[in-house]
Amino acid sequence: MDFLSEHQPELLPGRRSLPPVQGALEAPHGTTIVAVTFPGGVVLAGDRRATMGNVIAQRDIEKVFPADEYSAVGIAGTAGIAVEMVKLFQLELEHFEKVEGVQLSLEGKANRLSTMIRSNLGMAMQGLAVVPLFAGYDVDREKGRIFSYDVTGGRSEEHGFAATGSGSIFARGAMKKLYRDDLSENEATTLVVQALYDAADDDSATGGPDVARRIYPIVTVITEDGFRRLTEDESSEIARSVLERRLEQPDGPRAALL
Amino acid sequence: MSTPFYVSPQQAMADRAEYARKGIARGRSLVVLQYADGIVFVGENPSRALHKFSEIYDRIGFAAAGKYNEYENLRIGGVRYADLRGYTYDRADVTARGLANVYAQTLGTIFSSAGEKPYEVELVVAEVGETPEQDQIYRLPHDGSIVDEHGSVAVGGNAEQISSYLDQRHRDGMTLAEALHLAVQALSRDTNGSEREIPAERLEVAVLDRTRPQKRKFRRITGRQLVRLLEEGAPSSSDSASPGKGDSSE
Repeated sequence: MDFLSEHQPELLPGRRSLPPVQGALEAPHGTTIVAVTFPGGVVLAGDRRATMGNVIAQRDIEKVFPADEYSAVGIAGTAGIAVEMVKLFQLELEHFEKVEGVQLSLEGKANRLSTMIRSNLGMAMQGLAVVPLFAGYDVDREKGRIFSYDVTGGRSEEHGFAATGSGSIFARGAMKKLYRDDLSENEATTLVVQALYDAADDDSATGGPDVARRIYPIVTVITEDGFRRLTEDESSEIARSVLERRLEQPDGPRAALL
Repeated sequence: MSTPFYVSPQQAMADRAEYARKGIARGRSLVVLQYADGIVFVGENPSRALHKFSEIYDRIGFAAAGKYNEYENLRIGGVRYADLRGYTYDRADVTARGLANVYAQTLGTIFSSAGEKPYEVELVVAEVGETPEQDQIYRLPHDGSIVDEHGSVAVGGNAEQISSYLDQRHRDGMTLAEALHLAVQALSRDTNGSEREIPAERLEVAVLDRTRPQKRKFRRITGRQLVRLLEEGAPSSSDSASPGKGDSSE
């Protein structure tokens, strides 16, 4: 990024002058991203919907990206800018790794993303905000970690689970009731799909599993073996089993009252 | 009195080339070989941290012999060039040919500019393709010329001797273990013809492996994996590649 800003600053997001606009600009927005840690790793997942006002702009958008071997970013907010930000973030991590010969620490990566979000503040004020969720496996501490951000680049580490985007309130509520700290990898992936289902249930901008079009949430797992995105079959398997149970119990699994 | 001596351009260039060649020859040699599933880089390097081989981009690797600070400079320049190109256009638009051209320009300019001393480096830029036929290996000597190589290439100290040794024995479709064994055999031959043992911990080995599922094909081979590969390659190659190679007489 430093090199780019010196040589070709126009390639960087957040460096362009903005035309004055009246009201909010209509551009596709991505919606809900959730993350859950489990012993040995972390799961990051996102729904597939992008909305533009009250229109569904895209049904099968991809909002979870590997940042490098041991981390991933899920994006909520203006899709175009977010995708560009992720692209630049991936480039930076890879560039650092190649030049220095070692990977950045997970904290270092999280901080770098923080700076990038902050540089987008001007656009965020005009309605083109990007609020990602960053998850990764900390090779030094040998555990999965989640970082959430606000529009100004404020970074905070989340313990257990986190969500971002318009459906995040509902997703967080669901995860709060279902989360345990001894989840297995399979349970963790089911949990994120449950949370996304609840988000889609109550938030119009979040898409649920689309059985007719075979569009299922993107679920990624990061462990000490690195980043892995669940295959189409695996994620459809989870989504279908969740869906089946919901046919009997539309509100999903019930937590104990006391 | 103060009239400078006249030095003919031919003489000046010859002197500079001589200077660069001597600098390169002081360094240890390294070899780059094609094998069935990719390209392997092998060199003798006692340091674990200062690498001679490096990843430039998804399919492109870099090897250098000569002065460390000079080739490190070129390496970082190459990484920048590749990353910037891939970000501006697409990852597929970064090619070894383009990179080799940039290196050739840089080295050529430095070599012929009177103000600077020539770089004492010799580079290899290699790109692994989908099939062995699409592999590309370019050798870039100190003066900015480009040589398109196939099969095997050696640079550094006694490169000529090593590459003639490799040319005779390298064949297409070798396994990684065979290629590695051949490379080590080639490297362990001294200028005077005698052989010496290079222990695994003094070897730096990296591959561009086309079978790797990730888009970044560059991988270093170290530790146990390296020892295993060396053992695997040893018996079969010593039967076929060097029967009667005189470790008794030489």
